Amino acid sequence: MSNIVVNVEVAATGALRSTTGHLLQLATRLGEPVAVLAAPAGTSDELVAQLGKLGAPTVFVAETPTATSHVAAGAVAALAEAMKRYAPRAVLASNSADGREAIGRLAARTGNPVLLEAIDVKNVEGRITATHSVYGGTYTTESGVGSGIAMMTVASSGEPAPAAAAPQVEVIQLDVDAHAAATITATHAAPSSSDRPELPSAKIVVSGGRGLGSKENFALVEQLADSLGAGLGASRAAVDAGYVPQSHQVGQTGISVSPDLYLAVGISGAIQHRAGMQTAKRIVAINEDEDAPIFDITDFGIVGDLFTILPQLQSALEARAGAGV
Amino acid sequence: MKIAVLIKQVPDTWDDRKLTSGGCVDRAASERVADEITERALETALRQKDADKSVEIVAVTMGPGSATEALRKALSMGADSAMHLVDDGFAGADALTTARVLASGLTGADFDVVIAGNESTDGRGGVVPAMVAELLGVPFLGPLNSAHFTGASVTGERQSADGTQALVAQLPAVISVTERAPEARFPKFKGIMTAKRKPVAVCDAASLRMADIRNADGNVVLASRKRPARTAGRKIVDDGNAASQLIAYLSAENLI
Ligand SMILES: Cc1cc2nc3c(=O)[nH]c(=O)nc-3n(C[C@H](O)[C@H](O)[C@H](O)COP(=O)(O)OP(=O)(O)OC[C@H]3O[C@@H](n4cnc5c(N)ncnc54)[C@H](O)[C@@H]3O)c2cc1C
Repeated sequence: MSNIVVNVEVAATGALRSTTGHLLQLATRLGEPVAVLAAPAGTSDELVAQLGKLGAPTVFVAETPTATSHVAAGAVAALAEAMKRYAPRAVLASNSADGREAIGRLAARTGNPVLLEAIDVKNVEGRITATHSVYGGTYTTESGVGSGIAMMTVASSGEPAPAAAAPQVEVIQLDVDAHAAATITATHAAPSSSDRPELPSAKIVVSGGRGLGSKENFALVEQLADSLGAGLGASRAAVDAGYVPQSHQVGQTGISVSPDLYLAVGISGAIQHRAGMQTAKRIVAINEDEDAPIFDITDFGIVGDLFTILPQLQSALEARAGAGV
Repeated sequence: MKIAVLIKQVPDTWDDRKLTSGGCVDRAASERVADEITERALETALRQKDADKSVEIVAVTMGPGSATEALRKALSMGADSAMHLVDDGFAGADALTTARVLASGLTGADFDVVIAGNESTDGRGGVVPAMVAELLGVPFLGPLNSAHFTGASVTGERQSADGTQALVAQLPAVISVTERAPEARFPKFKGIMTAKRKPVAVCDAASLRMADIRNADGNVVLASRKRPARTAGRKIVDDGNAASQLIAYLSAENLI
């Protein structure tokens, strides 16, 4: 079976990024995963153990101080070395800033083509292909590489990791030339937003727009999200107005979501917002303007004042929860 | 300081964007505009020039003949000159080929900084700027929420998956900016008039030593299908009962 190299990302907290299990699962579908971790010497034991729990059969650790001092340099050197040792058919990374830079640089360095923003991957009789969502889900395309090793970024998340394994571990010391890499002078972890589900994998997403009018009022949307156990989204206008951090932006230039239920509050439904949520199974909107474009795609539309409806909704949901429905 | 800004012409996101039956961007189906994020990249460069008139800005694009419109707009906004990398052989170029063409155009032009958008609205791959940096052998800083140039170096706040990082690198470097970068200015009448006299260098594959491009070896689209358009469902006007009607709907659909 062919080897599939997986780029392992470490979060600002020092733990594995939440996309790791999903990447290993996709790699398992394509072949035999080799998890590649660049880390400063002596810091990898716990991470290797975690990778085993996520089902990595093989872990390749490249020890280099540049893994944490410079952007991408350690990861790219580690992946390039793993490509030499494991002769993979594909390299998989998440579509985070780190994943994109690693894949971009690795493809340019090794002269191999990219398959970007895969929402699914397949190995059809030895040919690796990726499925992509184009123009906000208006089109679905399949692509492959003409020749060479597929360098892939993966846009989806949420699938469970494969069964735990006791990985084979190979550790090397790697000399990394970081002269052409940016130096990290400080790292600020974003405050983890309570226990809300992450947007890309949330079953329900509640989003607020400019109609909320202020950061204080935006709390109405946050409360609704929490009573529904939903992820919290927003329009770009709400982000630009500072109601909520950019990481919550849904749309063309934000996150794409495809939940069972998308609830848009005070959002007009501009085409660029729809590009991030129009593949949701069910769409509900609350907007006072009966001609708002969001209503062209809603399964259940409510024309009305959100400041009247949200508090009623909130107390009805609480009453329901209290009654144990 | 000499700054290159990578401009990309894309189908207008306000339009109904289409793919051809072969799964490529259908350039005829919608209005073509300079991608908003590449205009923010230009704005980032223009603010350097506002502060220091000696800054020279070159707008660079790889794209078909029609992409000159995007370059003209960049010139009317304040770029000093433009470079158009255009060749029939570039049609259907994937991210790596695009980066090779751009890097080839940038090589030898002595840029201190190359500024790009973090991802385009038609492709969203977000890898080209890092590829260009790799091919030029210089640092990459991106996606940056903010960038500052101090003499021989650049610093910035990078948006990562779970927070931000403060970065620094020596120039020359490639950076990419996010939507947090300032919104682009509108061209002024004077700018539009002077843009017509500003130089646009046109380079083809041969002059870029890129005549050996084989798009079939790269990323190839194998199939493409259109999702059926969504249709509008029930719409109610709140008469005081909207909240309970919504709860009834959600529970009937097993969503709560
Ligand atoms: C290149 C590009 C990329 C973009 N990317 C994105 C993106 O990723 N995501 C995104 O969201 N946008 C994006 N946009 C912006 C997009 O065009 C819209 O400007 C934005 O989505 C509008 O946000 P909004 O619906 O919150 O605000 P508005 O359009 O101002 O709508 C506010 C809505 O709230 C309603 N409202 C007001 N008060 C009340 C009330 N009391 N009760 C009920 N309803 C009320 C109004 O009727 C109105 O419909 C992009 C634009 C461009 C050009």
